[in-house]
Amino acid sequence: MKLNELSLTELHRMIRNGEVRPHEIIIDVFKRIQEVEEKVKAFVTLTVDKAYEMAKDAEDFLFSGKINAVTGIPLAIKDNICTRGILTTCSSKILYNFYPPYESTVTSRLLSGKYILVGKTNMDEFAMGSSTENSGFHITRNPWDLERVPGGSSGGSAAAVVADECIAALGSDTGGSIRQPAAFCGVVGLKPTYGRVSRFGLVAFASSLDQIGPITKCVSDSAILMNVIGGYDPMDSTSVPINVLDFTENLGKEVKGFKIGIPKEYFIEGMDKEVEERVKEAIEHLESLGCIPQEISLPYTEYAIATYYIVATSEASSNLARYDGVKYGLRFEGKDLLQMYMKTRQRGFGAEVKRRIMLGTYSLSAGYYEAYYKKALQVRTLIKQDFENAFEKVDFIITPTSPTPAFKIGEKIDDPLQMYLSDIFTISVNLAGLPAISIPCGFTLNGLPVGLQIIGKPFDEAGILQLAYAYEQSTPWHKMKPVL
Amino acid sequence: MKYEAVIGLEVHAQLLTESKIFCSCSTRFGSDANTQVCPVCLGMPGVLPVLNKKAVEYAIKTGIALNCRIASLSRFARKNYFYPDLPKGYQISQYELPLCEDGYLEITVDGKKRKIRIKRIHLEEDAGKNIHDPSGYSFVDFNRTGVPLLEIVSEPDIKTSREAVLYMKKLRTILRYLGVCDGNMEQGSLRCDANVSVKPADSADFGVKTEIKNINSFKFVEKALEYEIKRQIKILGEGGKIIQETRLWDSQTGTTQSMRSKEEAHDYRYFPEPDLVPVIVSEEWINRIRKQMPELPDQKIERFIKDYSLPEYDAEILTEEKALAEWFEEAVKYGGKPKEVSNWIMVELLRLLNEDGKEIEECPVKPEGLVKLLGLVERGTINRNTAKDVFEEMYKTGRDPGSLVQEKGLTQISDETAIIDTIMEVIKRNPKEVERFKAGEEKLLGFFMGQVMKLTKGKANPKIVNELLLKILKG
Repeated sequence: MKLNELSLTELHRMIRNGEVRPHEIIIDVFKRIQEVEEKVKAFVTLTVDKAYEMAKDAEDFLFSGKINAVTGIPLAIKDNICTRGILTTCSSKILYNFYPPYESTVTSRLLSGKYILVGKTNMDEFAMGSSTENSGFHITRNPWDLERVPGGSSGGSAAAVVADECIAALGSDTGGSIRQPAAFCGVVGLKPTYGRVSRFGLVAFASSLDQIGPITKCVSDSAILMNVIGGYDPMDSTSVPINVLDFTENLGKEVKGFKIGIPKEYFIEGMDKEVEERVKEAIEHLESLGCIPQEISLPYTEYAIATYYIVATSEASSNLARYDGVKYGLRFEGKDLLQMYMKTRQRGFGAEVKRRIMLGTYSLSAGYYEAYYKKALQVRTLIKQDFENAFEKVDFIITPTSPTPAFKIGEKIDDPLQMYLSDIFTISVNLAGLPAISIPCGFTLNGLPVGLQIIGKPFDEAGILQLAYAYEQSTPWHKMKPVL
Repeated sequence: MKYEAVIGLEVHAQLLTESKIFCSCSTRFGSDANTQVCPVCLGMPGVLPVLNKKAVEYAIKTGIALNCRIASLSRFARKNYFYPDLPKGYQISQYELPLCEDGYLEITVDGKKRKIRIKRIHLEEDAGKNIHDPSGYSFVDFNRTGVPLLEIVSEPDIKTSREAVLYMKKLRTILRYLGVCDGNMEQGSLRCDANVSVKPADSADFGVKTEIKNINSFKFVEKALEYEIKRQIKILGEGGKIIQETRLWDSQTGTTQSMRSKEEAHDYRYFPEPDLVPVIVSEEWINRIRKQMPELPDQKIERFIKDYSLPEYDAEILTEEKALAEWFEEAVKYGGKPKEVSNWIMVELLRLLNEDGKEIEECPVKPEGLVKLLGLVERGTINRNTAKDVFEEMYKTGRDPGSLVQEKGLTQISDETAIIDTIMEVIKRNPKEVERFKAGEEKLLGFFMGQVMKLTKGKANPKIVNELLLKILKG
């Protein structure tokens, strides 16, 4: 048995029992990467030398009698999470040479637990996209079907996890960027409550929506990683000072009597029939576990995409202003300052990023602010209220993660609106700041994974994980692996 | 036609916090370029601002001193524009929901009090500094980036350039009293932009305004505004129109020059800063700050008039600087007579400090020294004129007045026999004048006094000389 195929939960147990050494795990991981990475292309940067050093650190740590949930565990980190001294590009040419002189809060927590960094994963440039096709460097392929996208924007992380090129990974989710690729790749992706995980060191796309979360092979791995990365951080004013419970505590507990809401607005025209069937089967399965399904309504759902693309692009237009060629990253000289700015940004950013900067700049401009940005904030409040009302009746909301399974590379790249629709079930959750998970719930006839989304009340990650675990443990889906 | 100016001032005051507004870098002035920077104030990818509580406290303090309403909830906003000295491509400032609103500041114009309303006070971060090299390259120093700034915006209640200066001076005094800003205009810790328009004196409608930037001294506040008011009146007088624009004050030429028109004005695309949560100011916090408020200049003026029976004019000058007021009060505590101490400060001390361009904190003469000097005069050891010379000497050397008087032999001659000898000598030398005096020309007394003083090198006690002269000449 190859160690890289195991889950974090299993490996941690084995490390604790002295059955394996971090060094052995990392050898298997890089062997696998050598075999499949050329096909999958999940990574922007592989940190081989660093990983062996870190494996050594982990072993010293263990030798001194200490252990942490991530000690000696090889993880992949999305390339928009800053790692000190390690290239961090956001898959953008504009940051092709950016080595952060600081560590993100999440990776510094992993570092104190002596994790092993495998590499930095590919993504849609600045997390803008749903297919990882918008990477400034290369396209990542879906390990289930190399002609298809892995989803996005955390496509590299999801693909690396399902291809066993790492044990688990971190992604970031602004409108579905953890959950949708997790669904497309048949793995578990958790977007925590806004404020649960520190954003310090996460290169901002849309500050009021971004959250870092785990992408894992199973639900308990997700809970374990949340234990390490979650919790208040004084460096992030928007992180919430709420005590972190042990997220694994409820795993294995009964889910009988859980009230689950099925929003009628989420089973829409044009949705893939097989996806709809798998999700309905999953709901029946949850019912068989004792959950009580109930139809609910989230009436403002139809405005979610429009609202999201105003709020997110407005914030992005400002967040991305700093890439001007003055201080770091790409610079093209010009005859004067304006020329330098224009050349640098013209050549440094890809088409989707430019499109969003323009959209956002427009929404915030004098004369349009009231009609767009301000209106969007108002609708955002209504969408939030939709969920608040729903959660008075139910404990969880169950939806498909994405209306379709993984689509073909190139299929939607020239049709941004179609591309935006692939996040239709996930973006409301970001607008409302809620936690949600995507777990595998079966396959299409083509052998493509389908994802089930469980949305919870604010800060109820433990509940979501409990329900997800109950489903996962009574279904075979998480054990399925693509053949590469 | 008679025109009237309408002026509103936007003042930026650098706050005297130890660290920057959103990170822990030092705010010290004058260090080597880019030695007080970190990923946060450099706006590197992925970093986040954390608000400095002290800066908020200083803003609230200022708001209280300027009679503002302190907002229980206020928000930061991003002001977006591209410039190399602005590392994030936006400045974190406040837009809707500033920290303080609706206050006023009182100035005294020709003996009359006038309230200048304050529209708002908000917190923001300072930008860096571009340095242009003759090589054609420009450099940026980010040490100043993120230093907390208070923007204090007045209503257009100011009518003349003189009022503007009075407003600025009063504001500076208050900020210095509060210890929130050092008020140094030359170093840029206090900056001023002015919105200026003119209108016919009998009209209620405001004219088109221009914004004047780069006014970096009190002298220039007056000059720049005077120039701009005249420029606008001249245009209107010739039947022209004022263009709404931003103009730059050029102290070299003493003129304002067009910088950008309204059409070229930036659209800053303000929106709420998503990286910071709203600032909640509790009633309790405000009360705590209120209790720590120092006595402010207006209160001090009132107290000086009441407690020391000083004229308002004296009280105003003495309280312009907190340290000066303290110097005065200490002198009084040592036993100086208030009005006398005040006279010495206003006439002698401030003149000497002014000549040197020094602050009262750097004054070598201590309050105790002045009181000792005044004691020497009172006891007749030296006369008033000598005292002025001694005071200057004390200022130059920082020495004690007693030892200076001794060493220089300045002790006043009060010995009657010595003075009589001198008077006799004067009479002997000036027989004609003696004749004239005796014939009734009594105003010559001053002449004889002068002669005696000349021979005694000013050391004779004038009171005794006067008495003896009369006795001898008339006797």
